[in-house]
Order: sequence, then C-alpha cells, then structure tokens
Amino acid sequence: MGQFMIRRTLYAVVTLFILSLTIFTVVRLTGDPVTLMAEPGAQEADLARVRAEWGLDQPWPIQYAAFVANVVTGELGQSFNYEMPVSTLYFQRLPNSLELALTATLISFLIGIPAGILSAVRVNSVWDHVGKTIALLGLSIPGFWLGLVMILVFSVWLEWLPTSGQGDWRNLVMPAVALGWYFAASLLRLTRSSMLEVLNSEYIKLARLKGLPAFAVIAVHAFKNALIPVLTLAGINLVVMLNAAVIIEVIFAWPGIGRLLYEGIFQRDFPLVQGVVMEAGIMIVLINLIVDILYAYIDPRIRLTK
Amino acid sequence: MSTSIIQSTKSAARTLSYALNRFRVGRDLPLLPLAILVPFVLIAVFANVIAPYDPIEPIPGAKVFEPPFWAPGGSVRALLGTDYQSRDVLSRLIFGARVSLIVGVTGTIVAGGIGTALGMLAGYIGGWVDQAIMRVTDAWLALPAIVFAIFLATMVGPSMWNIIVILGLVYWTRYARVIRGEVLSLREREFVKLAEIAGASRTRVILRHILPNVMNSTMVLASLTIGVVIIAEASLSFLGVGVPPPQPAWGSMLADGRSMLMVGDWWLTIFPGLGILLVVLATQLFGDWLRIRLDPQQRNL
Repeated sequence: MGQFMIRRTLYAVVTLFILSLTIFTVVRLTGDPVTLMAEPGAQEADLARVRAEWGLDQPWPIQYAAFVANVVTGELGQSFNYEMPVSTLYFQRLPNSLELALTATLISFLIGIPAGILSAVRVNSVWDHVGKTIALLGLSIPGFWLGLVMILVFSVWLEWLPTSGQGDWRNLVMPAVALGWYFAASLLRLTRSSMLEVLNSEYIKLARLKGLPAFAVIAVHAFKNALIPVLTLAGINLVVMLNAAVIIEVIFAWPGIGRLLYEGIFQRDFPLVQGVVMEAGIMIVLINLIVDILYAYIDPRIRLTK
Repeated sequence: MSTSIIQSTKSAARTLSYALNRFRVGRDLPLLPLAILVPFVLIAVFANVIAPYDPIEPIPGAKVFEPPFWAPGGSVRALLGTDYQSRDVLSRLIFGARVSLIVGVTGTIVAGGIGTALGMLAGYIGGWVDQAIMRVTDAWLALPAIVFAIFLATMVGPSMWNIIVILGLVYWTRYARVIRGEVLSLREREFVKLAEIAGASRTRVILRHILPNVMNSTMVLASLTIGVVIIAEASLSFLGVGVPPPQPAWGSMLADGRSMLMVGDWWLTIFPGLGILLVVLATQLFGDWLRIRLDPQQRNL
C-alpha cells in the first residue's frame, strides 16, 4: 500500500509538472503576453516597464522557476487587474461555485440514478428507452443553450424565476439544471452499466435463489455495490463542475470560478487566466489521486498490479 | 526514400478501402441520423447557393429584430426573422452550418490524427517514448476540455482555423489512450511478430499491420467526437473567443441573441440552438450505429 501511494503520488507530481510546463509555454509561445494586455497605442517604454514589473524580460528558465515558485507557495501569481494573488481570488469565488456545483450534482443524482436503475432492471422496456433518450439528449443539448431556453420560458414568459444573479433557491434552480444536465446523462449511463454488471454476478443469483423479494435484491444487495463507481464519478464531476462552469456562470451572472476565468479573458489579465487554469488542474489531479488511493485501499487487486 | 512514401500512401489507401468495405455501405443504413446529416452537409456545402441573403450584410429596407414570418410583425422577406443588424437569420443559420461542419470534421481529423499516431507510437515502441507520450496525455486530460480550449483560444486569438487546431490539441488525448491500449495487445499477436521476423521496419509494421487494426476504434471515436467538437466550437464562439464576427457561427448567433432574450425575441436563441441539437444528436446516433456495426461484441449491450 505504501509503495502504491508513493508511485501514484509521483505520477501526480509528474502530471502537474507537465501541466505547468504546458500552461507556461502556451502563454509565451504565442508572442508577448504584454502586447496582449496593453491598451492599443501604448508606448514602447510603458510596455518595457510592464515587462520588467512582471519579470517578462528575464530568460525563460528563470520565468518558469518564478512561475513554479508561485504555484508552490500557493499564490499562483498576482492578478493584473485586481492586484491580488490569484489564489485569494480563486478561493473567494470557490464557495459560490461549490453551492452551484453541489446543487447541480444533486439534480444529476435525482435524474441519473433512478433512471439508470430502472433501465438496468427492466432492460429493453419502456423505461430503458426513456433512459436511453435522456442519455442521448444529455450529450446532444448544450447545457448553456438549455440555460438560455429556461430563461426564456421560466423568466421571460412565465415570470417564475429571476433571470440571473445570486440570492435564494430560485436563483439557483436554472443554472444548476443547466450545469447538471450533461452530468445526469453520464451518471445515468454509468448507473445502468454498473447495475447490469452487478445484477449478473453470482451473489445476486444466490440472493434470488434464497427467495429474497426482487426489491430487496435490487435495493439492498445490488445497488450498494453498483453505487461505488457512481459515487466516484460524481466526486470527479463535482470538481470538474467547480472549475468548468464558465458559460453557465456567465449566462446566469453567477459569481463563481468560471466567471472569474471569463473576466480574466476579457480584461486580458493573463496571470489570472494562467493561475485559474493551473488551480483547476491541481484540483483535478488531486481528486484523481485521492480516488486512486481510496480504490486501492478498498481493493487489493488494484494496488498489487502495476 | 520516395518509394517508401509511395508505399505508405498505397497502404493508407488500402486501409481506407478496407474500412469502407467494413461499413458495407448501402446496407441497413441508420435512417434517422442520415435524414439529419445529409441535408446538413448539403446545406453547409451549398450555403452560398441556398441562402436567400448575404449573411453579413443587412437586408435592404428590413427592420432590426423582425420576428419569423408566422409571428405578428413578421414577413416572408425574412422567413426566420432578422437580428440586431437587420441581417437574415435564415441565411446566417445556413452559413453557420458551414462553420460547424468544417470545424467539426477537420477538428476531429486533427484530434484523431494526432491521437492515433501518438497512441500507436506509445503502444508499439514502448519504453521511454510510451512514458513520455502517456504522461503528456495524463496531464492534458487533467484539465476540463472546455477550460483548456478557452485558455488556448484566449492566448492564440480568435479565427476559425485556430479553433480547429485548438480543438484538435484538446481532444487528441482520448484517442491516444484507447489506441495505445489496443496496440499493446496487437503487438503481441502472431501476424505482427511474423512481420517483425520477416524484417519489416517499424514504420512498415505500424502503417501496414497496426494501423488497419486500430482504424475501427479511431472511426468510432471520431463519430462520437464530432458532436463534442461542434458543441465546443459553439461554446468558444458564444464566449467570443471562437469564430470572430461578422462570420456567422451558431455559437456567436446565440451570444448575439442573448441580450434580446429578456424582451422575448426567442427566434435569435431557439433556431441556432436547435441546429446544434439536431446535428449533434444525429452524429451521436450515427456513432452508436457505427460502433455496433464495427464491433459485433457490442451488439448485445
């Protein structure tokens, strides 16, 4: 177990190293980030001053070392516009994103898990077809368009829900549905295949042979084991939603991390963009590491194979 | 040198005809997806013939925000209404289909090409090449695709061809992982071993023996990636870092329509979204059909 944890942690560190190198290179590959940031018609002397201020006149290896130092100290560099460490801004927005992502996770559970179980228990029935349709539409309807249509229907025509902003639960419903929609489809597919796999296993056959009622077999024996991969996916999805809800947060003026990234783009605040992207990568590498270790803890087969 | 290029071109052509045979084109085609995709491709290709107006010029004499012809205040002059510059929504939708088709198909080809090539190299050569490629794959998969795409698009600047390269760079990692896994087992098979013993070069083994056997997976992944790429392009264009205005793209049309949503000008939001929905739905259904067609083991699932 110890060896497994060390190997996986090393992998995670290598992944983060490559990620930081990628982000660093992309920012500088496409030319001078200062010209991206500068107002049109800025004087060359001003540009040089900004470059010096940001350390962009230094050779690349020194710049990279500074970038890594910023990541390791947890500051992620200074935002150009807010004149604050990017990590401070990120963690200011995190609770808002968490509120949205948790609600979206709840909605994806409410849609995905019952529909997934029903289609697995009654393969090729009407329920299975309903489930397949939901799964297909989840992939085909862009979440942000669903959000726009909901604004049109529920805010403009029916006047039930506020169009945007943060407040009580009514502000939360539409962005959470728009965000949870896609993930509901992926949860549904996973619940279905995971349930099918468990339902075909020997111990379920035994439970049925013992004469347990169908409901007890499905709810107690099958669902509990089928739930493990589903919860894992939900955990990873939650972290992805925290960081990737850019368009949904823009449409609903939700002050989360996605919107922070969007502001960074439009204020040409490259340290902010670079820092938020790096932080998103760190969080996702961490959650994957945690999942790997938990799985290995539960299942010795995983930690013993290479 | 030139003979080896001719050789590999020949083997690529053989691979393609082999793949086409495997589809048994013409037999039990999936009707619903084709009923959407064929018109979509025709509309996109012949956009300049079909579109009633120039998509980037105002209709002479038309007002801004005219509704579709059946709604009160609409006219048959602009069948699906006009936008904030009194441009024809229908013509913009038609030309937007062209953008979605070009970005969807070429973006998928770039992603599939990079991913399949790197996946084959990693799986067949192994060793440090494998390690290097797979560690980059891991790292690039760690970022949510849309965040990575937004980041690249912001740094590179908006243009349709940039978006194609960016989406190719974002989505190749999925191919690399799947293809590498397949090659790991393929390279232990007899026919590969025999080719090696017969003295075939690495390039020849990869192109002649490995590639034809991973083409099925590449095709299935590609059919499922097109829809994802089309939605990603629409998302980037919606945020203003995709296809730059005034070129009509479904994503930027949605962005234009957003401000008029509050006063109920629904046609600016509904039509481009329906376009995306139908095309992506059709590519998903087509991908499902293709997967079952190419992999008989999947038929029972």
